[in-house]
Amino acid sequence: MNKIKQIISKLTGLFRKQKAMPGDKIDITHKRFRWSDFIAEKIIKGVAFLSITIIILIFFFVFRESFPIFNFGSKDKPKTEQLTATKNQNNTANQNPQQEQYGVETTAPEKQEQYGAETSEPAKQEQYGVETTEASQQEQYGVETGKDSLMMGENKTPNEATESGSTNASNKQAIKTLITKTWQPVSDNPRYGLLPLLLGTFKITIISLLFAAPLAILAALYTSVFANKRLKEIIKPTIEMLAGIPSVVIGFFALMVMASFLQNLFGYATRLNSFVGGIAMGLAAIPIIYTITEDALTAVPKTYYEASLALGASKWQTAFFVILPAATPGIFAAVLLGIGRVFGETMIALMATGNAAMMGLNPFESVRTLAATIGAEMAEVVFGDTHYNVLFLIGSMLFIFTFIINAIAEFWVKGKLMKKIQGK
Amino acid sequence: MMLQKFYNSVRSKKQNRNNTITELNADGFSTTFQKNSFFEMLKLKTNRYKRDAKGFIFEGITLASALIIVAILIVMLVVIFNGGKSMFTWEFLTTFPKEGMTKGGIFPAIYGTALLVIIMSIAAVPFGTITAIYLTEYARENSFIARSIRFAVRTLAVIPSIIYGLFGLGFFIKYVGTGMDSVFLGGHLKWGQPNILWASLTMALLTLPVVIVSVEEALKTIPRELREASLALGATKWQTIRKVVFPGSISGILTGAILAVSRGAGEVAPILFTGAAYYLATLPGSLSDQFMVLGYHIYIMTTQSANVDQTLPIQFGTTMVLLLLTFSLNIVAIILRYRIRKRRIA
Repeated sequence: MNKIKQIISKLTGLFRKQKAMPGDKIDITHKRFRWSDFIAEKIIKGVAFLSITIIILIFFFVFRESFPIFNFGSKDKPKTEQLTATKNQNNTANQNPQQEQYGVETTAPEKQEQYGAETSEPAKQEQYGVETTEASQQEQYGVETGKDSLMMGENKTPNEATESGSTNASNKQAIKTLITKTWQPVSDNPRYGLLPLLLGTFKITIISLLFAAPLAILAALYTSVFANKRLKEIIKPTIEMLAGIPSVVIGFFALMVMASFLQNLFGYATRLNSFVGGIAMGLAAIPIIYTITEDALTAVPKTYYEASLALGASKWQTAFFVILPAATPGIFAAVLLGIGRVFGETMIALMATGNAAMMGLNPFESVRTLAATIGAEMAEVVFGDTHYNVLFLIGSMLFIFTFIINAIAEFWVKGKLMKKIQGK
Repeated sequence: MMLQKFYNSVRSKKQNRNNTITELNADGFSTTFQKNSFFEMLKLKTNRYKRDAKGFIFEGITLASALIIVAILIVMLVVIFNGGKSMFTWEFLTTFPKEGMTKGGIFPAIYGTALLVIIMSIAAVPFGTITAIYLTEYARENSFIARSIRFAVRTLAVIPSIIYGLFGLGFFIKYVGTGMDSVFLGGHLKWGQPNILWASLTMALLTLPVVIVSVEEALKTIPRELREASLALGATKWQTIRKVVFPGSISGILTGAILAVSRGAGEVAPILFTGAAYYLATLPGSLSDQFMVLGYHIYIMTTQSANVDQTLPIQFGTTMVLLLLTFSLNIVAIILRYRIRKRRIA
């Protein structure tokens, strides 16, 4: 019995909390294992990887939606088979429309393509088939058909039958039109030329940088070198307050006030153009460029300044010929991040640039930027449609561009700056 | 008599000049001069101007560009507040839009913004705080993991907001939402469409870096000695974090949350197609409803409405409300941050 009691007490002792009594020896060489610590550490570590996970997820899902546009022509089926396939599909769609309605949202675009027609002929065939189904569907759901692509904008619950057939054909068309000069996604013969959008974006970026970069850099130079402490404490927070203004408010100001003012000043024809939009976006980029430049300028060692003054240079000579060059990599990073901001700015572009996709180098013409195109058209597009995929393609282009810009600003420029200041 | 007066005035001026020149000398502008000789000082002064004419111009240019930025900001604020102050009444804040949104208030937009911001903070603040705790407490400063997490956070901060909108559409609505529908509701369309939950989560991703950065900044102000003392008394790492580090970082978390809220209230692009609605007659009742937002309201009133001129006061009023909201939040955050920095110096 005693033995059993001993065993039991040993066993329970394993699970009981061990309290250190005054007479006990405490083992201080080994940490006691604690579940709470262990779990907390694991959770914290797990959550910390969330930001990396999000980046990867964004990468994956934005690409996933734009991918179908490249996914055509890989499986060539005989024509007849396609016809029966599409017809069958139409029939089933006709027979149980319920399934179709729910199926629409759940089937991924990749799946739809299996039925898809590779050539234009079956697509036509299919559209006839669709027309017959339309009548019944319209009554049932009040959904307009997707046959007329002009009407596509209004119908939010897409018609699977039309899509599955025409998506592939139109994908093929879309790929061909990607490098043309016309952006006309909503028409009988949709064209997805990205050139005017790219040109517009670059135009706006250049204009806004020409406006914002000198102002912000010079202002940063003033606050970090010339200004006395009191002035600095007024100007710096004020410029940083500009960062707190929502871009939609800047867009509103540009649209309502600045556009008319600048038109009166310069007397050009179109009220909303890339010039107005560029200046408005410059306002959004100024706080970014200013803050990072200011940091870079104050990071220049005080000894540089003192050595320059000791050699007889005046204050402004020191500022422009010693401090500014020493901080060049930081300023370059600031301008890069400013470019990134302008490149992806949506609301200002939507409100103040006129939104007309035109090819032309005149800064007083309306333009349409990449981001504004997504913002304006995504809400009216059919899920899984070619237009939808092209918009996601634009999105992934923007993503890659800003990712690269950030990587350059992060690794290349900062490494260079550190080396330069440490004198290596 | 006259001569005496003249001499006195010159003398006083001379003394003034004396002062200025000694001041300038401290900055390293001029080198040698004789204090007694009035004419030499005059010479020096003109020399100084000759030499520093460029300096005056360049310093003036930098000052001017700083002032231009400040002036633009002030003009913007004055114009918007001037246009909106007549609309800024209790009625405007608490009533629904009327007569095709040409009259009435903006209550549903304010309500929707508040709801969006609250759900967003519930999602973003805990995760942001935990990431910041990992970066300051667990990870080594220059380890590969810490550096890659920091890079990811900075990348998140510079990704255009429209990309978040696309991600919300592609991931939350089309992947998670439709997945939830097909698993739980048997294909009944409920979550697979834009709603306030997905919009808030999208916004939470956008504001995550804001929270992380400001919490990290606050955590760094907690003295190392406090942590060491706690560990030396026998507390474990987790106990130290819970009882010592976390209470000290609450003001930082608050700052981060406020900044995130002010950012989230103003952003429109991420919610353009993840949940914002043009007009709703009712307030959003559940997480699967669409909602109205101040920023989106401004956008549609200025660009999509039928009669822009007629609704101009409403537009200015809405803009002013949004500006007041974000500005007051920002000012509170700046004051909090100032207090944190003061603690670090003390």
